[in-house]
Amino acid sequence: MTIDPLALVALFAEYGALLDAGRYDDWLTLFAAECRYTIMPRENYERGLPAALIFCDGRAMLEDRVQALREANKYNIHSDRHVIGLPRIVAERADGALSVEAPFAVFQTDQEGETRLFATGLYRNRLTARGGSELRIAEALVLLDTAAVPTLLATPL
Amino acid sequence: MIDATIWPARDYSRVPYRLYHDRELYEREQERIFRGPVWHYLALEAEIPEPGDFRAARVGDTPVVVNRDRDGEIRAFVNRCAHRGALVRRELSGNANEHICIYHQWCYGLDGRLMAIPFRRGVRGKGGLDRDFDMGSHGLRPLRVAAVNGAIFGTLAQDAEPLDTFLGATILAEISRVLHRPVRVLGYTRQRIRANWKLYAENTRDNYHASLLHEFLVTFGLDRATQVGGVRMDARHRHNITWAEADSDTAEAARSAYNGANIRNDYLTLRAPELVEFRREREDNLSLIITSIFPSVVFAVISNSLAIRQIRPRGVDEVEVHQTLLGYEDDTPDMALHRLHQANLVGPAGLVSMEDGEAIELAHRASRPDRDRTTVIELGGAGVISDRDYRVNDVPLRGFWSYYAELLGIEPPDAVR
Ligand SMILES: [Fe+2]
Repeated sequence: MTIDPLALVALFAEYGALLDAGRYDDWLTLFAAECRYTIMPRENYERGLPAALIFCDGRAMLEDRVQALREANKYNIHSDRHVIGLPRIVAERADGALSVEAPFAVFQTDQEGETRLFATGLYRNRLTARGGSELRIAEALVLLDTAAVPTLLATPL
Repeated sequence: MIDATIWPARDYSRVPYRLYHDRELYEREQERIFRGPVWHYLALEAEIPEPGDFRAARVGDTPVVVNRDRDGEIRAFVNRCAHRGALVRRELSGNANEHICIYHQWCYGLDGRLMAIPFRRGVRGKGGLDRDFDMGSHGLRPLRVAAVNGAIFGTLAQDAEPLDTFLGATILAEISRVLHRPVRVLGYTRQRIRANWKLYAENTRDNYHASLLHEFLVTFGLDRATQVGGVRMDARHRHNITWAEADSDTAEAARSAYNGANIRNDYLTLRAPELVEFRREREDNLSLIITSIFPSVVFAVISNSLAIRQIRPRGVDEVEVHQTLLGYEDDTPDMALHRLHQANLVGPAGLVSMEDGEAIELAHRASRPDRDRTTVIELGGAGVISDRDYRVNDVPLRGFWSYYAELLGIEPPDAVR
């Protein structure tokens, strides 16, 4: 099966736009029914250390994260801006699963209009395209260059 | 210049905002606390298991390298070349036979001794060092080191009391209990908070804020002020253990207490309850044990997550919180996975800890302009500083300030200790 590169670009564009709009429930629909979402400092990843900043091991944990963000957690009042680079297909399997990568930068802006670079990193995702239908994220591994998190990490990358 | 007249109350129930913002005071803290007669956590023996293994550490602003020498001894040095003051070991961790400064390639052994200097006798008989240059007195400056169950501490002060006395029996027993089996490092997290380091040190001693700021705890009915818990300090009240016992209250008691305080409690459920499932693994049933050691390290047991947090000042207006996440070497695969799940609770993105970064930034920002005004530290009452067997208190903050004032030589007359 050949993947339409534009569909891949569109998926990442949608991903960033939904997060920046704070539409976290809609963002969840980009994930497959069975999925994982991990934000890991690159310094851990490169040393083979398993601990992450956020480790949603299954859809239930990812939904809990979003619910906690909405209902319970308090964090710095800000907006996010994802700037996602061009994705690259790393591997394509016969069953339609894809390994893809894309670099990103996320800027945060506070209420005074001051913007700071919050993070840079690399998405290393596994995608599924069931029966040639829409692409969905089965696994998102967000490798974080900016291991020294400025203030705190609440809204997803 | 800040002196003993700074304190409006001799029980430290009022702390002037100036103490979080004064640049001259920051320098004095570096001298009297970080380079003073106090022990600082450096690393775990498990992080440098083999001869030649090294790790970078910090003691306040001072860069330190800790390594295991050829004989297996743990040694620590100021990471600064005796020649031009440059950082010698640039990597954060690794293995090496010696430490060589890149600037002029002065070479130090794993025991810190200066071993070799390029062109020491010059070239073709010209240049180089004088014959009487003493290699022996130009090694890396050593720290005194000592360890508790594999946790390495160091001090730059040769006159510091022994580590065991510094920690005291209560704290020693708790560290030994956390590190009672060989540990494995699961990973690291770091966080840069735009606030004075002492605001973070206070935060970890503040039992009162836990279920108020960290709403995740009450929203999902997990941890609440109605649980059996309290604070326990060393004899000098400089360190503290904040503790709470699992399943020690009833849902009804919690509901009535929180509803009385107009706080919604226990109204949502998790789809992945393993995030907060507490598996008892000690003789006691404590599900929260936050051990804050003066001035800059915290051993945090939150449910089944284990972490060592280092508080690293970065000037008067910023602090790095560096977290080492741990498991035990003999954890079953299932338990190892459980700890990775529960790592979601702690750190910069922690479901029950992310708020601390925001809260102390708010305190730092708003307190700056009005330096003669003060905080109020009076939960659990003012006056005597002592252990409490209830959770709504912030008494250990006053213990922190009491020892802080002693070290800085600014104790008020008749100070409460
Ligand atoms: Fe907290």
